[in-house]
Amino acid sequence: MARAVSSNRKLLNTLIAWTIGLIIFFPILWTILTSFKTEAQAIADPPIFFFFDWTTENYSVVQERSNYMRFLWNSIIIAGVSTILGLIIAIPAAWSMAFVPSKRTKDILLWMLSTKMLPAVGVLYPIYLIFIQLGILDTRIGLIVVVMLINLPIIVWMLYTYFKEIPGEILEASRMDGASLKDEILYVLAPMAVPGIASTLLLNFILAWNEAFWTLNLTAAKAAPLTAFIASYSSPEGLFFAKLSAASTMAIAPILILGWFSQKQLVRGLTFGAVK
Amino acid sequence: MATQQSRSAARMMMAPAVILLLAWMLVPLIMTVWFSFRKYLPLRGGDLGFVGFENYSRFISSSSFWPSVQTTLIIVGGVLLITIVFGVILALLLDQPMWGQGVVRILVIAPFFVMPTVSALVWKNMFMDPVNGIFAHLWKFFGAEPVQWLSQESLPSIVMIVSWQWLPFATLILLTAVQSLDSEQLEAAEMDGAPYLKRFWFIVLPHLSRAITIVLLIQTIFLLSIFAEIFVTTGGAFGTKTLTYLIFQRVLESQNVGLGSAGGVYAIILANIIAIFLMRIVGKNLDT
Amino acid sequence: MGRITLKKVQKSFGSTEVIPPLDLEINDGEFVVFVGPSGCGKSTLLRLIAGLEDTSGGTIEIDGVDATGLPPAKRSLAMVFQSYALYPHMSVRKNIAFPMKMAGLPKAEQEKRISQAAAALNLTDYLDRRPGQLSGGQRQRVAIGRAIVREPSAFLFDEPLSNLDAALRVGMRLEISELHKRLDTTMVYVTHDQVEAMTMADKIVVLQAGVIEQVGSPLDLYHTPRNKFVAGFIGSPRMNLIEGAEAAKHNVTTIGIRPEHIAVSGESGDWKGVVGVSEHLGSDTFFHVKIDGFAEPITVRAGGNVDLHYGDTIYLTPQADLIHKFDGGGLRV
Repeated sequence: MARAVSSNRKLLNTLIAWTIGLIIFFPILWTILTSFKTEAQAIADPPIFFFFDWTTENYSVVQERSNYMRFLWNSIIIAGVSTILGLIIAIPAAWSMAFVPSKRTKDILLWMLSTKMLPAVGVLYPIYLIFIQLGILDTRIGLIVVVMLINLPIIVWMLYTYFKEIPGEILEASRMDGASLKDEILYVLAPMAVPGIASTLLLNFILAWNEAFWTLNLTAAKAAPLTAFIASYSSPEGLFFAKLSAASTMAIAPILILGWFSQKQLVRGLTFGAVK
Repeated sequence: MATQQSRSAARMMMAPAVILLLAWMLVPLIMTVWFSFRKYLPLRGGDLGFVGFENYSRFISSSSFWPSVQTTLIIVGGVLLITIVFGVILALLLDQPMWGQGVVRILVIAPFFVMPTVSALVWKNMFMDPVNGIFAHLWKFFGAEPVQWLSQESLPSIVMIVSWQWLPFATLILLTAVQSLDSEQLEAAEMDGAPYLKRFWFIVLPHLSRAITIVLLIQTIFLLSIFAEIFVTTGGAFGTKTLTYLIFQRVLESQNVGLGSAGGVYAIILANIIAIFLMRIVGKNLDT
Repeated sequence: MGRITLKKVQKSFGSTEVIPPLDLEINDGEFVVFVGPSGCGKSTLLRLIAGLEDTSGGTIEIDGVDATGLPPAKRSLAMVFQSYALYPHMSVRKNIAFPMKMAGLPKAEQEKRISQAAAALNLTDYLDRRPGQLSGGQRQRVAIGRAIVREPSAFLFDEPLSNLDAALRVGMRLEISELHKRLDTTMVYVTHDQVEAMTMADKIVVLQAGVIEQVGSPLDLYHTPRNKFVAGFIGSPRMNLIEGAEAAKHNVTTIGIRPEHIAVSGESGDWKGVVGVSEHLGSDTFFHVKIDGFAEPITVRAGGNVDLHYGDTIYLTPQADLIHKFDGGGLRV
C-alpha cells in the first residue's frame, strides 16, 4: 500500500524508522561493543560508546576458560542434524497433506501444532528417566531427537503452506509422464519448493539453535551446546560485563551472520508461510 | 481428488511424522499421569507407592499455585498485548516509503535471532543492573534513583525482555500482511471521505485480523513455555514464578516427582484450555 | 494402437454419483471430443481414463488390456493439461525430456526425439528457455511436445485452449488437428466449447450430468440431434426451441429450428414479428425477433447486408423439412 509521497514526508519516515530500529537493535550493538572493552571501561559511568581501547582480550579469556569450540560444535550438530532429520520426515507428510487432503488433514495439522503447546516441564521427568534408561542423557543423539520432535510440527506446517501453493496439476503431469512417487517428490516437488524448503530449514535451524529448555536440562558436559555455555555466565561472572559480552557475542554471532546472508529466505520463513 | 493408490501412499508418508509425534506426546504424558498418583522422591526413598489424589490437592493448595497461574497469564497476556500493538504500529511505519528500508528491517528483526539465555543475561546485567546497568546510568543522568528492576519491578521487566524478543516476529508477520493490502481499497475509502483513523479501523485492521490470529497462536505456543528468561534472571524469585517454573522447582530442586507431575498435569490442562480456545479461532480464520 | 473401451464405468464422490454407469468405445486413431456444460463430468471422465482418479465401478480397457487398476504412468497415455502443467524449474528441453528420462530412454534417442518435436512445434529457438519466459501459445506447444515424445497410444487433452486468447485459440485448434492427421494417434479431447468440438472431432460425445446424451460425428449431431439437450447445445447460435401452440401444430411438445434455416421476408411468411437486437458480424447478421405467442424471441441468421432495424416488422418462414420435433420427454420424434 506504499504510495508516492513528498520527500519531506519520506525524510520524517526515515528518521522515525531508523530511530526505532536502532533502539530495538541497541542491546545487540551494545553487547558487541562492550565485548571489545576492558572490564573497567565496560562499567564506566557515563557509558563509553566508540572511543575506548579496542581489545580482543575478553575473547581469548572466554575461550580459554570454557572451550567455546566444543559448545559451538555441539550447537551446530544438534541444530543442523535435527533440522535435516525433521525435513526428511516432514516433506512426505506435508506432501500428503497438501496434495492428497482428506477430511482429517486440517485436524491432524492442528493436532500436530497442539503438541507444541504441551508444557515441556510437565513431561521433563519422564523424558529424563527415559533418557537414563536408554543411556542417551547428555548425548548429542538424545538432544537431536528431542529438538527434532519439538520443531517437527512447525516444519510440517511451514512446508504444508508452501506446498499448497504448488498447483496439483504439475504433479499429476509428472505422474502421467511416468514418474514414480519418489521421482515426483525428488525431481518435481522438491525443486519447485526450494525457496520454501530453504526458509523452513533456516528458521528451524535458528529455533533449534536457540532452544533453551531441553538443552539446559538434558545435558551436562559432553553434549552441551551454546545455550548451556552462556547459562554458565549466569552469576557471579555475569558481573564481568566485558567477558559476558564476549561470550554472548560468540553465542549469537553464528546465527546473526547466517541471518545476514539469508535475509530473504528468513523473512519468508519467519512468517511461517502463513501470510502472503 | 485422488486415487486409492495415492491415498494409501499418503497415509504411508504421513505415518512417520504422526507416529513419532504421537509417541512423543503419549509416552511421557502417561508416565506423568502415573507419577502424579504416587509419592515419588528420587533422593529420599524413591517410589513410595500410590497416594491417590494427594499430590493434586497438595499442589493446588500450595500457596504458590494460584500466583504462578496468575504470573503465567500476566506474562503471556502482557507480551501478546505489547507485541501486537507495537507490531501493528511498526508494520505501518515500515511500510511507508523511506531510505534504507531493508537495513531498518534487519535491525528490527535481529532480536529474534538472539538466544533467550543471551538476551536474558544481557538485559539482566548490562541494562537492568541497579548499579552498572545502562538504565541505572540513564536514571542517574536525569537525577532519578535507579530502579531495582528485577527485584522491585520483576514482572514488568520480564515482560519487557520477552516482548523485545518477540516484537520482531509480530512486526514481520504484520508487515507482510500490510504489504498485501490492496491500495485501491484504501484509495476508495479515501475517495469516500474516510479520515486516516477510520480507514485504519475499518479497512486496515480487519485486513490484519488473520495475521494477528497467527501471531497470537504462534506466540502463545512459545510463550506458555518460556523458561530460560526466568531461569537466568530471577530464578523464579520476586513473584516471577510461572507455572512452568513452579513445576520445574518441584521436580528438580525439591526432587518431588509425584508433586511435580501433578503440577505438570495441571499445566497440561491449562495449556489445553488455551489450545482449544485458540484452535477454534485459528481453525476458523485459516479456512477463509 | 490406441483403443480405449469403457465398460459400465461409474464414479461417485462420497455419496454423490457424478458419473452413472457408462459405456463408450474409442477407436484407434480417432479424434474424440467430450463436450458439455461445466460440471457435466467430462473432465472427470478424462481423469478416469488417465488414471488420475479411481473408478467406483466398471472397467477401462486400453488396447484390449484391463487398465482399471493401473497407475497413470503404466497406461501409456499422455496428457495435456488446462494449465499446461509445465515444470517451471526446468528448461523447455528438460520439460520435453522428462517423460523419456522417466522411461529410461538412451540419451541419443532423447535428443533425437526432442529435436524432432521442437522442429514440428516451432520450439527449436526456445529449447533452453524456462516456461516462465514463454507466451501462452508457446507453453501450450511445449506441453504438447512433452506429450508426443513419449509416443503414447493415446493423447488426452483437458480443455487445453481455454487459457489462450481468441485468435491464438483458432490457430492452436488447427495445429492440434494437423498433429492428429500427421500422427494418426487416438486423441481424447475435453472442451466446453461446442465450436472446438465441431471443428476438430471425428466423434463427439455430448455429456450432461455424467450421462452420455449422444455420440456421433459432428454432422450427425447437427442434423439429427437425439434430444432437445443436444439440439440446443450443438450449433451456434443455438437452435430456437419453441413450445406451446406452434409445436402442437406438429403434434409434438417442442419443435426446434436453427437460425440458419429460417427465411426472412418483408412482406409475408408463417410468423410475423418485430426485430429486437441485431448482431452484425459482417458476413452474417443475427436478428432476435419477438413473435406474439412465443415465449422467447427467435434468432434468425440473415446475410451480411440485410437492412433491418430495431422495431421493424418482418415475416419469418422456417424450412419445413428442417424442423426438429421433440416429444414430452425431450426425445427426437
